[in-house]
Amino acid sequence: MTVTPVTQATSATGPKARKDTASKAAEAARKARQDQLDPSTVAGRAGLTPADLDRFGEEMDVIRKRVLSELGEEDATYIRNVVKAQRAFEIAGRALFYLPPAWPLAVGALSISKILDNMEIGHNVMHGQYDWMGDPALNSRMYDWDNVCPGEQWKYSHNYIHHTFTNILGKDRDIGYGILRMDEDQKWSPYYLGNPVYALLLMVFFEWGVAMHDLEAENIVAGKRSIADNKPLYPGLLRKIRRQAAKDYLLFPALTGPLFPLTLAGNVTANLVRNIWAFNIIFCGHFPAGVETFTEEETADESRGHWYFRQILGSANISGSKLLHLMSGNLSHQIEHHLFPDLPARRYPELSEEVREACERYGLDYNTGPLPKQLFSVARKIFRLALPNRSEGPAPTPEAAKADTAA
Amino acid sequence: MSSTRSIARRVLRSSTLAALTAPHGVDRYLELVNPMWAAREVRARVVSIERETDTANPVATLTLQPTSTWEGHVAGQHVQVGLELPGARRLTRVFSISSAASAPGEEFTLTIRSNDGGTVSSYLVEQARPGQVLHLSQALGEFVLPDPLPDRLVFLSGGSGITPVMAMTRTLLRDGYDGRITFLHYAQTPAHQIYADELAALAAADNGVDVHLVHPDAGGDLFTTEALATLAPDYRDVDAWACGPAGLVALVEDAYAGTERLRVEYFKTPTVATGDAEGSVAFTRSGEQAANSGATLLEQAEALGLTPEYGCRMGICFSCTSRKTEGTVRNVLTGEESALPDEDIRVCVSAPVGDCSVEL
Repeated sequence: MTVTPVTQATSATGPKARKDTASKAAEAARKARQDQLDPSTVAGRAGLTPADLDRFGEEMDVIRKRVLSELGEEDATYIRNVVKAQRAFEIAGRALFYLPPAWPLAVGALSISKILDNMEIGHNVMHGQYDWMGDPALNSRMYDWDNVCPGEQWKYSHNYIHHTFTNILGKDRDIGYGILRMDEDQKWSPYYLGNPVYALLLMVFFEWGVAMHDLEAENIVAGKRSIADNKPLYPGLLRKIRRQAAKDYLLFPALTGPLFPLTLAGNVTANLVRNIWAFNIIFCGHFPAGVETFTEEETADESRGHWYFRQILGSANISGSKLLHLMSGNLSHQIEHHLFPDLPARRYPELSEEVREACERYGLDYNTGPLPKQLFSVARKIFRLALPNRSEGPAPTPEAAKADTAA
Repeated sequence: MSSTRSIARRVLRSSTLAALTAPHGVDRYLELVNPMWAAREVRARVVSIERETDTANPVATLTLQPTSTWEGHVAGQHVQVGLELPGARRLTRVFSISSAASAPGEEFTLTIRSNDGGTVSSYLVEQARPGQVLHLSQALGEFVLPDPLPDRLVFLSGGSGITPVMAMTRTLLRDGYDGRITFLHYAQTPAHQIYADELAALAAADNGVDVHLVHPDAGGDLFTTEALATLAPDYRDVDAWACGPAGLVALVEDAYAGTERLRVEYFKTPTVATGDAEGSVAFTRSGEQAANSGATLLEQAEALGLTPEYGCRMGICFSCTSRKTEGTVRNVLTGEESALPDEDIRVCVSAPVGDCSVEL
C-alpha cells in the first residue's frame, strides 16, 4: 500500500470561505489558532488549538482515572456471568447435534457461543480489561479465544499497532487490512476493482483473514518485510489452526458417529455465522462515512490529547439495544473502546454519555447510527472506492461544516 | 475407589479431552460445575481455622482439603495461595506448609501470621471462613530434608518462620526418626509463641528433640553464635535449617560462615516507600543495576542498554507487562503507587519509588 502525502486539501478551504463574514476579533482568534495547527490537518480543520487538545485529553484522563478507581465486584460478576453463558451455549450447542431435528438450534447455540467467546470475552480480556482481577482465567497474557488466530499474535497487531496508530495511513494496518481500499487516500490501482469481492471473501473467511493479517503480506509485497520475518509466527499459527480444525471439523463430528456430516456442517456454519457477524460489527467501527484518517506527518510527536482526539474521529459507534452491545462485545461503542481500550467494555455505554457531551463542547463529530445505516455506509464505501477517486469534487461535507461551526 | 479416581483422572487429563475443550482447557468447564473439580489446577477448601496466638498480629492455622490434583508435599515446602479479596481482586502469596508431609489429595495445614501490610495474610487469619475455596500451586521449594537423613539436625527459626521446621519435625517424629534434633526458636514473648502446647509436649517427651524457646521481649537474649554453640557445641558439623525474619537469618548465616551445612529461607514483605526517585533499580534477568533516575522502568532499562519488549509506550497495549519482584512503583498516568511483591506491571508507565527489582 502506498500513501499519498498530501490530504484533505479541498476541505481546508471551508474556514477560509467564511473569512469575510467573521468579526475582526473572531478572525484574529482563528488566525492565532491556525498559526498553531496546520489547517490541512484534521485537528486544524476542527478548529482546535494544541491547548484545546490538551484540555480535552485531561478531561478524558479524569474519566479514565475515575473508572479505574471504581472497578470491582460488579465488573467481575458481569464478565464471569458472560463466561458462564458462553460455556452453557457451547455445551448446549455441542449436545444438540445428537438430535438431528434440533440442528438449527445447535448451530444457533454454537454460533452464540463463538460470538460471545470472540467478542465480549476474548477481545476484551485480551485487551487486559480484566487483568486487575488477578484471575489467570481472565488475564490478557493467558487467554486465548475460539478462533484460528493465536491470541498472542493478534494482541500485537491489534492492541499495539491498531490501537496505538489508529487510522494513521501507512501505519494502521487495519485500514483495509492490506486487502481492501477503505480510504480515498489509499492510492487506487486496477486491483481494487475487486474491492467488493475481496470484502465478501474476507467476511466469509474472517477468522482466517484475522489469522493471516499478522503475516503482513502487503508489506512483503511492498518490500517492507521479508518472508523470513514471518518464520517465528508459523509454529504458533499452525498449532492453533490444527487445534481449532481438529476440534470443529474432526473430533466433535466424530463423536456424533453416523451424524458426522451433519455435525461437521453445523460447526462450519457456526464458524461462518461468527465470521459474518464479527466482520460486519468490526467494519462499522472505522469505515462508515465521516470517519477521519490521519497522515504520519500530522501525528508525529502527537500529544496525549491529540491521541484521544484521533481515537474519537477515527472511530464510529453503532446505536442499538443492550443485546446488540453484548453480542458486539461492546464494539458498538468503538469510540469509547478506542479512548479507553483497557477499561472493561461493559462500562462503555455509561461512559458514552460523558464522551458525547465533551465532544459537543469541543465541536467534535461523534459518529454513531443504527446498524443498518452504518452497514450501508460501509458497503457504499467498499463499492465507491473500488473505482478511482472522482476528480477533486466536493469532499465529504461533515468536516467542512464542522470546521465552520467550530470557528 | 482409588482406581475409579485414577481412571477419572486419566480421562480428565487425556489429550482427547484437552483437544475437545481447546483453547480454554478442561478446568475452565469443570470449575463452573464445582470448584473442587479439576483436571490440572489445584484448589482447596478451607476445613477449619484455629487461632494459635491472639497477639496484635494474630496467628492462625488453616486446615485445607485440596482437590484431587494436589500432588502432596515434602516437609519444608511452601505453596502459593491465591485469594479473591473483596473488590474482586485476586492476590497470590506464598506460605509455608506446617503439617507433616502429605500424600496426593491429602489435607494439610498452613500457619499464617496476620501482617499489617499483608492483605492476604490478614484476610486468611481474621476473615476467612470454613468452606471458602482458595487457589493453590503445587508444593514448591528446595528447603527440605535430605535423603538419607543425617542423625543430627539443627532447626533455627524466628516468629512465623517456625512453620517449615515444624513441618519437618512433625514428619520426622511421625515417620519414626531416631536421630537427635536441636530445635531453637525465637518468639517475641510467650504470648507470641506459636504451637506452645505442642512444643511443651515435644520438650517433655522422650523423642530426641531438644526444644529451646527464647522470648527476647520477655527477658530472653537475641540469637548469638555463642548461644548456639552452648546448645550444640558441634553445630558447625551438623546440617541446619534456618527460617525467619531477614535479621535473624543474617545472624545465623554469620554463625555458619564457611560451612556448607546451612539452608535458609525467608519471606518477602511489601515495602513501604513513598517519595521521590531514590534507591536503585535492579533488572534481575539481565543482572543490570543502576541508581533510580525517576524515569519509567522501560526508559531506565533502555538507558542501561536492555531491549525489553514494548508496544504503545502509553499503557494501553500490555506488550511490556513484566514481573516486579520487589519494591514500589508509581503509575505515571494515575499517580497510584503499588508496593506488592511479585506483581505484574506495565513498565512503560511505571516509575520506581525507591529500590525496585524487575524481571527484565
